[in-house]
Amino acid sequence: MSARGLDCAFIPLIDCAPLAVAREMGFAEEELIDLRLHRQPSWSAVRDRLAFGEVAAAHMLAPMPVAMSMGLGGVPTRIDALSILSVNGDVIGVSRALAAKMRSVGGEGDFLSAVAVGRSLITAAEGKLRVGVPFPFSMHAELLYYWLGALGLQAPNDLDVRTVPPPHMAQAISAGEIDAFCVGEPWGSMAVEAGVADLILPGSAIWQFAPEKVLAVRHDWAEENPDLVTSLMRAVWRAARWLGDPENRMTASEMLAGPAYVDVSAEIIERALHGRLKISAQGTERQVPGFVEFYAKAATFPWRSQAAWIATRWAARTGIDRAEAAAQGRACYRTDLYRQALGPIGADLPNASEKLEGALDQPTAVASSRGEMFLGPDRFFDRLIFEPPAE
Amino acid sequence: MSSALRIAVVEEDRERALLIVDGLKDAGDYDITVVGDAAGLARRLSDLKPDVVLIDVADPNRDVLEAFALASGPLDRPVAMFVDRSDDQATKAAIEAGVSAYVVDGLRKERIKPVMDAAIARFHMYSRMRTELAATKAALAERKTIDRAKGLLMQAKGLSEEEAYALLRKTAMDQGRKVVDVATALVTAADLLR
Repeated sequence: MSARGLDCAFIPLIDCAPLAVAREMGFAEEELIDLRLHRQPSWSAVRDRLAFGEVAAAHMLAPMPVAMSMGLGGVPTRIDALSILSVNGDVIGVSRALAAKMRSVGGEGDFLSAVAVGRSLITAAEGKLRVGVPFPFSMHAELLYYWLGALGLQAPNDLDVRTVPPPHMAQAISAGEIDAFCVGEPWGSMAVEAGVADLILPGSAIWQFAPEKVLAVRHDWAEENPDLVTSLMRAVWRAARWLGDPENRMTASEMLAGPAYVDVSAEIIERALHGRLKISAQGTERQVPGFVEFYAKAATFPWRSQAAWIATRWAARTGIDRAEAAAQGRACYRTDLYRQALGPIGADLPNASEKLEGALDQPTAVASSRGEMFLGPDRFFDRLIFEPPAE
Repeated sequence: MSSALRIAVVEEDRERALLIVDGLKDAGDYDITVVGDAAGLARRLSDLKPDVVLIDVADPNRDVLEAFALASGPLDRPVAMFVDRSDDQATKAAIEAGVSAYVVDGLRKERIKPVMDAAIARFHMYSRMRTELAATKAALAERKTIDRAKGLLMQAKGLSEEEAYALLRKTAMDQGRKVVDVATALVTAADLLR
């Protein structure tokens, strides 16, 4: 049997790693897939190419399949998330002027304390705070609204969240178009390298276990190609397991640094994969536990409660019915396909497909297909717990 | 509503922008603005309040427009991406040409169609021109190399121009290579020996 071609779109970010590894380390080939990866210039382009069938699969922001299925932005298309590609990995940075001001108002704050950093940011900001994010439907935007909203800064009156393509983030902040950004790596570090921004907080300090990117396909395509879906999921899951071994991070960094993928220096990528961030031009470093996860703590499992969290956040902002939004969100995260495809090859499967989000302070054992598995910590910074609306 | 449609063309390449504008002017009476600078794009568009925004599908700034399209506050006019699900062929033509358009919701299809057709035609024309230009440049470069190789042979072996070219061609045929490849090898070797 010869390999079946499968086209997949991605954006140059460190969290496209499971797809790059599936191809480069031969996991796709083992499943008889010729995984053809197509780098895209924007999330809109990824979305349209997937919606119009130019590619079969895509690296997507975790909220995008939910947004597309709900018909928010672009063409309404039913999109499924087959698995989570990465958890966490965002950073928040501010212009050097704003960073200096934050220091002068006294609350430099600890790099991992969302409350202290948030308060000094709000005190230091003059007028409306302008923050760049990569896309309107992104975990970046959701984390910002959640974090600053809880501390009293509400959009649109005090907070202006703007879309800026990640590679332009450094330029936008140096041109004074934005005061701050929330972006995926390596683009936060690149702004620090360019000497125009300081990093003030990792996304994981707002939510310790936020789904960041997903493996997305069209719902119809998944229905029509069950074998290909299974093979793709297995190849990508094995790639995630490989990435979960810290010993492989150097190899992964070299791979991602290549011109076909992220095309920035391997050193910067490796720092991000290890959660060792250089947060200012002076070279101050901070170690962030769980900065980005590809495999540990059931990171690949597409919890339906995570999709419900995303959908109910929009429901609260836009006035859509909460229960209905949650139902639409849940339907996109295909725990059923995940169980079917990955159970037989030895993936440990949680017994439940939903959970309380934000309830775990530390690694906690839960029932699973192989006995028990460890989840968490997964706290929100304000210690609220999200309970998905009843189905 | 009979006033001219307000069209914004987002394009950094001046030459390409002008080409698109010319095509649109031929298609009808429109109020056209080119936004050539990506910085402050969202602000420019809020000021312009265009009915239609045209942008290359592959332009990284499309995500900025996405946010603009969603920012439909009470005073903003809602803008939706032009994708008419009832007309798959038109959509396919636009995507193949690389045109994406954002259109004010509720604008009649008949008013948008000529704009789209003109944009699609001009996008195609531009990519054709680019291909032609690249081909012409390559051909010119080949001719230069062959001329240099001929000159080297004429000098070294006392051949006429025709004899030099015949020798190059015979060698290429004997070796199953292209004349330009043999010429390149000769020029490289001569440069090394100099």
